[in-house]
Amino acid sequence: MILQKSLSQFGAYLMLMGKTFQRPDRMRMFFKQYVKEMHGLGVGSIGIVLLISFFIGAVICIQMKVNVASAWMPRFVTGYTTREIMLLEFSSSIMCLILAGKVGSNIASELGTMRVTQQIDAMEIMGVNSASFLILPKILGLITIVPCLVIFSYATGMLGAYAPALMGIITPDDLTYGLLHDFNRWYLWMGIIKSIFFAFIIASVSSFFGYNVKGGSLNVGRASTNAVVSSSVLILFADIFLTSLLS
Amino acid sequence: MIQVIDIRKQFDDREVLKGITADFRDGQCNLIIGQSGAGKTVLMSCIIGLFRPTSGQVFYDDRDMVQMNLKEWKLLRREVGMLFQGSALFDSMTVLENVRFPLDMFSKASERERNERAMFCLERVNLGEAAAKYPGEISGGMQKRAAIARAISLNPKYLFCDEPNSGLDPKTSLVIDELIHGITHEFNMTTIINTHDMNSVMGIGENIVFIADGEKAWQGSKDEIMGATNERLNSFIFASDLFKKIKSNK
Repeated sequence: MILQKSLSQFGAYLMLMGKTFQRPDRMRMFFKQYVKEMHGLGVGSIGIVLLISFFIGAVICIQMKVNVASAWMPRFVTGYTTREIMLLEFSSSIMCLILAGKVGSNIASELGTMRVTQQIDAMEIMGVNSASFLILPKILGLITIVPCLVIFSYATGMLGAYAPALMGIITPDDLTYGLLHDFNRWYLWMGIIKSIFFAFIIASVSSFFGYNVKGGSLNVGRASTNAVVSSSVLILFADIFLTSLLS
Repeated sequence: MIQVIDIRKQFDDREVLKGITADFRDGQCNLIIGQSGAGKTVLMSCIIGLFRPTSGQVFYDDRDMVQMNLKEWKLLRREVGMLFQGSALFDSMTVLENVRFPLDMFSKASERERNERAMFCLERVNLGEAAAKYPGEISGGMQKRAAIARAISLNPKYLFCDEPNSGLDPKTSLVIDELIHGITHEFNMTTIINTHDMNSVMGIGENIVFIADGEKAWQGSKDEIMGATNERLNSFIFASDLFKKIKSNK
């Protein structure tokens, strides 16, 4: 029964994506929506990304210094491990899990509300491909902006790592040396590539739940929760697959 | 003219429409009336194409909508305007942007011309002063008027109105009815209104289709309704004391 329901949902998701990835009715309107979504979903998330990355960068640095560094290890180990954690997992995967909560619920509730207030029906009556008009700019907008957020997160995380240096927990020279030690540029690209897939998951899965809401406001709330849970689980699975593929 | 021929619609085991045949005339306000659950909304949804009928035909000036391919269907959509029960204005756009939306999507006119047309439609519904406001900032009656302006912006041949007076006070309802009636005659549209508001029936009902239990029980005009002998129609129309008194006085 659960398998049948899952397969039926997956089929409905594929059909929605088929309807979404069609040539927009008006390119001018599409680009307008695309820029609007990039601003709404991406630029609106810069604040939280910078804040979280800064503090997590600082906390990772303290944890590494307190719990990992020892007299038997080189002094650069704190900076080195902080950088690797930020590059390999935090700035891409964990940041996208956070974005799944913020952006995913936003997308699902916006589309869900449009559905229950017949705004989507109004578009369909006009002859507008509502899926392409509403969902495609969200997916492409998020795919464009999330890699930029990941780069901001890298930079702010490294900056945050200097906070413990200001508090005297680690010397700035040791930290700088560690952050620069044995730098592998591919790790940077790995995070960016992973984030593109995660952005697609967040936007498409959340849109699917929001677009297919039936009933009233209670179901909009449910769709929003389901969107966050499903995108988060899918991001975790995709993370395992992508990490093993790209490493 | 819109004609429906032997329309049937079934949901699982329940037959909601049981073979309705009716015609809706050009340049007139055609009303679909009936009790809640009679099948009015399902009939309208079948006519617009939101539901596919289980069987039967829907003709838009001799073009069978049920048999249309996707391209023909999309073209037909551009000849249709719709006023939803809850207005269905886009929250993220101003009133002017809402009215301009169908033009932005389908008109090849310049931006200045599109703005002019949208403003003309807004002025036609006496809403020019609210052009820059968002739907959340205006009253329910104004939202309905904005939705009418959006529905007529592409100069449609067919206008559908689903419960246009729901949630409005009697005076505003009258304004909306007169607006729909005026626009229908001015632009010679085929207007179909789904309602159970008796004031609308008596005010603008030029062609009334009464639905009961998924069947067409009666068809006629507001002038014929007073003398109608159909029992189901009379029990629906004259359910209130006010209308009983009006009938007895006649």
